[in-house]
Amino acid sequence: MNIPPNLKYTENDEWIRVEGNTGTIGITDYAQDQLSDVVYVEAIAEEGEELEQGDICATVESVKAASDVYMPVSGKIVAINDDLPDTPELVNTDPYGEAWMVQVELSDPDELDSLLDAEAYEKYCEERQE
Amino acid sequence: MYFPHTDADRDAMLQTIGVERLEDLFKDVPARHRFPDLNLPPALTEMEVSAEMQDLAWANDTAREMVCFLGAGAYNHYVPAAVDSILRRGEFYTAYTPYQPEISQGTLQAIFEYQSMIAGLTGMDVSNASHYDGATAVAEAVNMAYHTFRGKRPRVILSPAVHPHYRETVRTYTRGSDVTLLGDEPGSDLSGGPEALENLLDEKTALVVVQYPDFFGRIYDFTHLANTIHEAGALLAVSANPLALGLLKPPGEFGADIVTGEGQPLGIPLSYGGPYLGIFATREQYVRKMAGRLVGETVDNRGQRAYVLTLTAREQHIRREKATSNICTNQGLMMLASTVYLSLVGRHGLRQVAELCYHKAHYAAKSIVKLPGHSLWSTTPFFNEFVIHCPAPIEDINEHLMEHNILGGYDLGQDYPDLENHMLIAVTEMNSKDDIDTLAEVLAEVKHG
Repeated sequence: MNIPPNLKYTENDEWIRVEGNTGTIGITDYAQDQLSDVVYVEAIAEEGEELEQGDICATVESVKAASDVYMPVSGKIVAINDDLPDTPELVNTDPYGEAWMVQVELSDPDELDSLLDAEAYEKYCEERQE
Repeated sequence: MYFPHTDADRDAMLQTIGVERLEDLFKDVPARHRFPDLNLPPALTEMEVSAEMQDLAWANDTAREMVCFLGAGAYNHYVPAAVDSILRRGEFYTAYTPYQPEISQGTLQAIFEYQSMIAGLTGMDVSNASHYDGATAVAEAVNMAYHTFRGKRPRVILSPAVHPHYRETVRTYTRGSDVTLLGDEPGSDLSGGPEALENLLDEKTALVVVQYPDFFGRIYDFTHLANTIHEAGALLAVSANPLALGLLKPPGEFGADIVTGEGQPLGIPLSYGGPYLGIFATREQYVRKMAGRLVGETVDNRGQRAYVLTLTAREQHIRREKATSNICTNQGLMMLASTVYLSLVGRHGLRQVAELCYHKAHYAAKSIVKLPGHSLWSTTPFFNEFVIHCPAPIEDINEHLMEHNILGGYDLGQDYPDLENHMLIAVTEMNSKDDIDTLAEVLAEVKHG
C-alpha cells in the first residue's frame, strides 16, 4: 500500500497535500483498493464555495459502492478536477497524482494538526485489515 | 409447513430482552383493542365463497359491456390477445427482480427492449425499468430534479393542467421535505397556455412539470417554455400519454429533460384503476440521478450478447439515504405488457391507433357541439379528449347516459370548481361511429338545467 510521507490523512481515507496556503485533496490508495474499480467521480462542491471541515466535496462511485469524500479542512474551493468524470479509472491508477479532486484555500491551517500523518494513517489502515 | 421461529427460538429472544411473555410486548396497545372479538360469520366452503365472489363480480359494469367515453388518465384501448398470453408465461409471471443475470436473461432482455422503445418514443436517451404508475413517475421526476440541484433549488412549478391525482401524489411524496410546490393553486387560470408558468420561474426553481396532451386533452407546443426554463437554469418534465406520442412530436425534440407517462394505454387493461405502468425517461447527463432499475446490454466472457442490471450504485441498496429515491420497484408485468404491445403494433401501428383516436374524438366533438346548449370549452388543438360545457350538472347527464349503457365523461367540477357542468370526454379506437352517434343522440335528450 502506498502512503506518501509528505501528506496528511483523515480517518475517512482522504489525503491533503499542502503547498503554501493551498491544499489539494483526494482519496487514498487504501480507499481506492477497498472501493475496487471506480466508474464515476462527481464533484459536489462548486468553485468559490466555502466549505467546513467534514463537508462533502465529492462522490466516488465504484462497481460495488458509492461513497462520499469529505473535506479534511475548511476553506474556499479554488479548483475542481474537471477531467476526473471522464477518466474515473485514474482514482485506481494514480490516487495521489492525476486523481486529485478539489483544491482548497485553507481558512484555518490549525485544522491540519487534527489530521493523521503518514505513520499514524498506516497504522490505522493496518488495524482495519486485521 | 414452514415455521419461521420455534418456541425455543422465541423463548431465547424473550429472555434476551427480559420479557416474560410475548403478550407483554403489546402492553402499550389498549386492552380492549388487544384481542378484539372479531365477530365473524361462520366459515364457508370454497364453493360457497366462490359463488359469493362471482355474485359480487357480476354486480360490476365493465368497459367491455358498456360504451365508454370516460378517460381522464385511464383509457379503454384494445389489448391484442398475444399480450396476455405472453405475460402469463410462467418464466415471466413468477420472476422477481433479476439480480442474477445468469438465470434472468429473458426478463432482462424484455426490460432492455422496453427501455429502448420508451427512449425512442419519448426522444430521451435513457429510460428506467418503470415505476408504479403515471402519478408516481411525476413524483420521481420532482425528486430527481430536487436532488440534481442538491436541494439548492427547492421550488417546483406544477401546471394546473397536470392530472389532479398526479399533483396530489407529488404533494404526498414531498410532504415534510424542503420542496415548495406552486403554480397549481385553486383558481389558477386554466384557459391560458403554458406561457403563464414562465412568470413563476426564478433562481430557486428546480423543475417545471407540464402534461402532454394536458389533463383537458389540449396539445401545446412547449418549445418556448422549455427555452425559458433552461435560461433560468431549471429542468422541464413532461408527463406524456405514450400513445399520443405515436402521432405527436416526442418531448425530447422540444427540450424536455425528463419525460414521464402513464403506460396504461399501451396494452394494459383498465382493471378498475391498476396495476398500471409508470414511464420514466431522461437525458443521459442525469442518468445517475435517475431512480429505479436500469438494464444494459453487454457481452459475457464468451463474447455473447447478454443483459445485466447496470449503474446499480445509483440505487438505494448501495447509496442508501443518499439515493434519489428509495423506491426501486418496477412494474415488471405491466412493463412486459407494454413491450409486447409496442412490438406487436410497431411504429406504424401505434401511429394508426393514435390517428384513429384523434379522428374519432374530433368527429365526436363536432357532433356534440351541434347540440343545443353544448359547446367546446377550448379552441386549442386536442388529441383524443376534449371538454364540453354542458347545459346540466354532469352527474345528472352521466346518470342518464348510464341508462343507455353509456359510460359518460369525467366530471371536471370534482377537481376544478370553476369547471362546474364541464365534461371531459375521451374517445378511442374502441368507439365506433355508431357509438359516437348514439352518445350525441342521448346527450340531445338532456334537459337544459
